[in-house]
Amino acid sequence: MIPAAFDYVRAGSAAEAISLIGQHGDEAKFLAGGHSLLPLMKLRLASPSVLVDIGRVSDLNYIRDAGDHIAIGALTRHMDVETSAVLKEHVPLLAHAAGYVGDPQVRHRGTLGGTIAHADPASDLPATTLALGATYVVQGPNGTREIAATDFYQGFLESALEPDEMLTEIRVPKMGGAGWSFQKFNRRAQDWAIVGVAAWRGNGSSGVALVNMGSTPILAGSVSAALAGGASVADAAQLAAADAEPQADLNASTEYRTHLAKVLVRRALDEASH
Amino acid sequence: MTVTDDRPAAVLGSRLLRREDPALLTGEAKYTNDLQLPGALHLALARSPYAHARIISIDLGAALAAPGVVAAYTGADLTDLWAAPMPCAWPVTADMKNPAHYPVAVGKAAYVGDAVAVVLATSDAAARDAIELIDVRYEPLAAVVDLEDALSDRVVIHDELGTNKSYQWDLKIEDHEGAIDEAFAAAAYTVHDRYVQQRLLPMAMEPRAVAAVPQPFGGDITLYSSTQVPHILKIMSAITLGIPEHQLRVTTPSVGGGFGSKLNVYAEELLCLALARKHKVPVRWNEERGENAVATIHGRGQIQHMELAADAQGKITAVRVRILGDMGAYLQLVTPGIPLLGAFLYAGVYDIPLYDFSCTSVFTTLTPTDAYRGAGRPEATYAIERAVDSLARKMGIDPMELRKRNFIQKEQFPYTAMTGLTYDSGDHLAAAEMAAGLADYEGVRARQATQNVAGATKRIGIGQASYFEMCGLAPSRVLASLNYSAGGWEAATVRVLPTNKIQVVTGTAPHGQGHETSWSMIVADKLGVAPEDVDVLHSDTAIAPLGLDTYGSRSLPVGGVAIAMACDKVIDKAKKIAAHQLEASEDDLEFAGGTFTVKGSPDKAMPLAAIAFAAFTAHDLPDGLEPNLEAHVTYDPPNFSWPFGTHICTVEVDVETGHVQVLQYVAVDDCGNQVNPMIVEGQVHGGVIQGLAQALFEEAVYDTEGNLKNASLAEYLVPAASDVPSLTLGHTITPSPTNQLGVKGIGEAGTIGAAPAVINAVVDALSGLGVTEMMMPASPNTVWNALQAAQNAHSQTTAQNGATK
Repeated sequence: MIPAAFDYVRAGSAAEAISLIGQHGDEAKFLAGGHSLLPLMKLRLASPSVLVDIGRVSDLNYIRDAGDHIAIGALTRHMDVETSAVLKEHVPLLAHAAGYVGDPQVRHRGTLGGTIAHADPASDLPATTLALGATYVVQGPNGTREIAATDFYQGFLESALEPDEMLTEIRVPKMGGAGWSFQKFNRRAQDWAIVGVAAWRGNGSSGVALVNMGSTPILAGSVSAALAGGASVADAAQLAAADAEPQADLNASTEYRTHLAKVLVRRALDEASH
Repeated sequence: MTVTDDRPAAVLGSRLLRREDPALLTGEAKYTNDLQLPGALHLALARSPYAHARIISIDLGAALAAPGVVAAYTGADLTDLWAAPMPCAWPVTADMKNPAHYPVAVGKAAYVGDAVAVVLATSDAAARDAIELIDVRYEPLAAVVDLEDALSDRVVIHDELGTNKSYQWDLKIEDHEGAIDEAFAAAAYTVHDRYVQQRLLPMAMEPRAVAAVPQPFGGDITLYSSTQVPHILKIMSAITLGIPEHQLRVTTPSVGGGFGSKLNVYAEELLCLALARKHKVPVRWNEERGENAVATIHGRGQIQHMELAADAQGKITAVRVRILGDMGAYLQLVTPGIPLLGAFLYAGVYDIPLYDFSCTSVFTTLTPTDAYRGAGRPEATYAIERAVDSLARKMGIDPMELRKRNFIQKEQFPYTAMTGLTYDSGDHLAAAEMAAGLADYEGVRARQATQNVAGATKRIGIGQASYFEMCGLAPSRVLASLNYSAGGWEAATVRVLPTNKIQVVTGTAPHGQGHETSWSMIVADKLGVAPEDVDVLHSDTAIAPLGLDTYGSRSLPVGGVAIAMACDKVIDKAKKIAAHQLEASEDDLEFAGGTFTVKGSPDKAMPLAAIAFAAFTAHDLPDGLEPNLEAHVTYDPPNFSWPFGTHICTVEVDVETGHVQVLQYVAVDDCGNQVNPMIVEGQVHGGVIQGLAQALFEEAVYDTEGNLKNASLAEYLVPAASDVPSLTLGHTITPSPTNQLGVKGIGEAGTIGAAPAVINAVVDALSGLGVTEMMMPASPNTVWNALQAAQNAHSQTTAQNGATK
């Protein structure tokens, strides 16, 4: 559990962080809460030669009402997302789901931007923001750009972020009173989901995304399309895995995982429809 | 008339807080890795990534050139350091196969994690960095993972043995042989079940840590190790390394759990000792968690074939057991003996006349197995308790009722079993009835009848395990009959210092059990002093030179009893001094509350404090009596101790997801008299959760190449507090008649009862859907698979029935 040797630099602002990562190139990684990166380094599965610590970039720690959406700074801790009155009112699904990340220690250190940039399909909040139709704001040496969550996740731990770009803000549309549900199925409370479902439904529309059902967070578009077409929840849930590519691991075969997705999507939609 | 009892509240049996805990809870406790050792070199081991491979070449050049590296060695470089191979102390049969096993492999690696080379460097980080620079060329060979495959000798792991079979050990009772076949032929009901005891990782919270420190003069060396067995480690290290035993001291700072995994003599302990002597500087090693998963022994690992014969009323007439045991790649300290510790218990708590047990054990290309909490007894209890439930299902009667028909009755104790062992005391019916009451057994059965209807998503199940366990290891003569290479006694010294403070020296080696607290309570009760006036010295062979350490729920019924006996000897000597100074006859003296009084003359009294000082000054002692007040006892128990109990688990199974929710867990355990009920409860809590973990969470998963797939705590599912139920505990108290404290062991009981209670509950919930088999751990996927299989079998049967109509 001793990582390989690395250098450490601390950034005071987003601009400085981007400049530092530009100087050090491919061998550098941003360090935010560290709860995904540091374990990988201790197991020597990742060996970046430089860590650019953005943990003290305080201007990226905020949750703001921006009219039709809520803007969340990338360095906002999970615990702040979970307990935010603004999010509880306008995006209760995200606040609730944040309470399922790891354990309290993890939630006090880990950041929303960190978990999204890490793009782990087994993490709760990438899929949740995907279900909510979020937009991510990223900043690079040439300014900022917006990436829709639907375009962001490109492969296992791979995102649309360029190596010299940094995720700075997550914009989540207000839910407008839509019903919602978050289903996390696992064997131990603190673990990644075997399968998770983030779902909302209201005003004739819906969003359903799956945790750990492929190499990226999966938007279950077929389910929403079926619902829009008038299908019952039970029938729509049968399409839960239609857009997924579930893998087998120690906790679940692909068959079981597929079955579980259908059960959990049905339960989520039942709860969201009430 | 009101009688006021102004005696101080009894210490024995009170819930005295553990004196160990403030240091542990505030982080003040010092572990082996906390030792500050200036100039120490750090050991790191290059481990085989292959389960089975010939070592073609090892290039240490780059490692030797790396910063901070002082030395690097292959196995071949070190052979001169070993006077003997690593020890196996339990040659269970005369013809047992035992491959020579050295701390660093030579020629061949036999499991993933087998050490092939070592580095010494000035820091742990430098040593581990250098390990990655060692270039080992391997010729990979086929892995042997499956036990039945191992037995076939398709691939022989140890060329010099010519077979993978280590031994076959039979407990056959001569006049039973024909009778058993007749019993099965005549039986109204039979059970033939196959169970698998999956491999488990012990996962002590503190991984292992070792430091060997040569003393600056005299040629002596001190070994610090996170071990359960400092005494055994000292003897075995002396033999293996050829160190004169009197020049070796073994001591343990705080030890963060063991569960049997630190009841061993490990390569890293021998390497630190040997290399510290060679380099004449301290050498230390600290195990990483991932290393712990492959380089520290594993538990369980058996395939069990369990057969019962019963008459029409369900009275069990015969038990036949065939075990296939997984030794792993080598025999560690007591590897081959683990199945034998269960061999006598496959009849469980039942009065069964005929018995036939045989165990065949094989080598695999996996981490060696060895003792893990319960060691053989959880396996045995699981098999008999699952089989009894199978029998009840076949008969269509309640399993509780079937158990009652077969229990050994209270009046039958002491009960001499057909295996020849004598069970000291017990009352299984009382424990079962108390557990049934606490669990509301009848109420759960009623709820089950209304809830488990066709189409129900959540089904209730209730499962029971009634257990007997043989612990308090052990009468030395019995160990001799099992070919174990040591005795089972324990040593104690009780020393009353001149100021009436007490030192107790014990040969037990606590690593979380709270011996300091419990032993002080025994002495306080005996000598009439306050527990805080008693210091307990342990786990250092220079201070406590005699002892056989802590495992097998032995510390209280052997070591604690030895202390009580030593107190008796102290009182005997003190009485001589008191009689002399009070000018009274010894027969006229009474000892209570720490004071001798002359019967009928309450003004003539002498407190222990005065006697202790008189013994110290030695100015006026009876002729021939030695000065000072201390006594030593070595106690060899006349029998094992036999704790027992009934555990009842209620579960709700989600048949859509396969998730098992434990609704209630009741444990009624009888460990005889309790020295400290709070410590007893702590042992039961930890034990039950560890057994429940085997039932629902834990398994060392290997792929066909022999790679451990879950070597981290992210993937190896040790349950946390949030994942397990609160427990409802009850106790019956049936004192042991074989020791003066009336105590029995309790460290392993919880683990023994839990796994079968939980799995019986899961099967009970689903039996209405045709599920009768359940593998451990009963993970959601495993439960779902069992439901799918039952449903498919049902559809096939329906289809066949349709076709024949």
